[in-house]
Amino acid sequence: MMNAFKTWMTRHAQTAIGTLGRLSEQWLPTSFMVLVIGIALALPACLQVVLLNARLAGGEWNHALEISAYLKMGTTKTLAEQLAESIRKRSEIADVRLVTADEGLIEFRKRSGFGDALTALTDNPLPHALIVRPRMAAAEPADLAKLVAELRQISNVDVVQLDTAWIERFNGMIEVLRRATLVIGILLAGGMIVIIGNAIRTDIQAHRDEIEVTKLVGGSDAFVRRTFLYTGIWFGLAGGVLALVVTYTITGLLGAPIRRLALLYGSDYRLTGLGAKNSLVLLGLAVALGWLGSYLAATRHLRTIEPK
Amino acid sequence: MIRFEHVFKRYPNGREALANLTLEIASGAMTFLTGHSGAGKSTLLKLIALVERPTRGQLIVNNQNLNDITRRKIPVYRRQVGMVFQDHKLLVDRTVFDNVALPLVVAGVTGREIGKRVRAALDQVGLLTYEQSRPLELSTGEQQRVGIARAVVSKPLILIADEPTGNLDPDLSLEVMNTFRRFCDVGVTVLIASHDVRLTQQFAVRCIRLEGGKVLA
Repeated sequence: MMNAFKTWMTRHAQTAIGTLGRLSEQWLPTSFMVLVIGIALALPACLQVVLLNARLAGGEWNHALEISAYLKMGTTKTLAEQLAESIRKRSEIADVRLVTADEGLIEFRKRSGFGDALTALTDNPLPHALIVRPRMAAAEPADLAKLVAELRQISNVDVVQLDTAWIERFNGMIEVLRRATLVIGILLAGGMIVIIGNAIRTDIQAHRDEIEVTKLVGGSDAFVRRTFLYTGIWFGLAGGVLALVVTYTITGLLGAPIRRLALLYGSDYRLTGLGAKNSLVLLGLAVALGWLGSYLAATRHLRTIEPK
Repeated sequence: MIRFEHVFKRYPNGREALANLTLEIASGAMTFLTGHSGAGKSTLLKLIALVERPTRGQLIVNNQNLNDITRRKIPVYRRQVGMVFQDHKLLVDRTVFDNVALPLVVAGVTGREIGKRVRAALDQVGLLTYEQSRPLELSTGEQQRVGIARAVVSKPLILIADEPTGNLDPDLSLEVMNTFRRFCDVGVTVLIASHDVRLTQQFAVRCIRLEGGKVLA
């Protein structure tokens, strides 16, 4: 049993290395193939990076999401504090901040630019306000709407403001981007299978004599096919590595300017790369597609080559 | 032992290559198959190699009915039959060693065993020093002997050869035939198709003469 496994391993290692040798002898068509596959895979990989970053950026904005609940005029500060405390206890709430009418006026004066004009006011026209920050989990549009409705029910609350439209639009955009990445990925994967299949077909035609002789001396279909499967696997692996190099290079080149741009907007946002897990998935997919493309082509075309 | 029982072979183009052929070839013997071209010699060998299937009839090789061997089992069957061809079918981009090793590699032999057996086979055909040469660097006669080494390297019970001396001059032909003779001496069943009557007559072995797909008595 152990011996059979060792033999099996040896045969596969021999084929793998032999195929690699054959591919490196024909380095020009090989590098052309790898280039095509690499670029084809780099496109969905880069889109995935865009998607990852959009999601992360979106998450950051969700974090900044706030609901403003303006209390009715005449509500006392003590009552406002009690109200803030009771809302803070709710599980879906991350934090509640009380902005008293006085604080609100100071802030408004600072920000609005009316400044001195406002000092002319004898009474403070502003109500106390509660700035409610929901937890991330409650940031889904439906949950937020429910929360807003509940806040409105509270007797001392006058007006509740939340702009959910932009979140829905943003999530909608992310979904479009995700679908587009998926569709483009599937199309390019299909293209990759066709390209590799075609290369394998050409390779099989070029090795017709060898295949015929191998079959004559007792080589099984699986034995003959193995060489071509490894060719496909090497194409896939090399293409996958190239795609990673391209993706990481692009991410690296864009990282610094994006960071600078973010800083100009007062954000410490950084471009996130593809990441180890996604990179491994990409390599795995590339190898699997290489195998599949060569398997389909080899199974089909090797049948037509029989000794005469 | 090879036994043909009422074997018919008709090709898709309608040509009848073998017609009701019944024939028995004893184990461990050397047998010549003669006749004009088109007499059915090649077809007979192709049936033994399972390159072609009989249209009708039974073919039994080493107690196996070849009709029972499915497409998937052909490779394992072929490993018991060594084949030599007129055009020797060597792979010109590989060394003599790699060519001879091919039947062992496909059969799953690994490591030192390959080297040992390839050298033994090359030694038997007198080409031990040529293992790193490429087939095209050798003479036609030497190429044919590499072909024989490849056919015998996995120690098959049966060796079939289709016009192995077709491209050789009389001296080389005799040398190649003598090589076959030596394998027969160690118990291999050797079946050689040849139209060269003058050559086959130099050997005191059974000669089966085919004509029109039948054995000529």
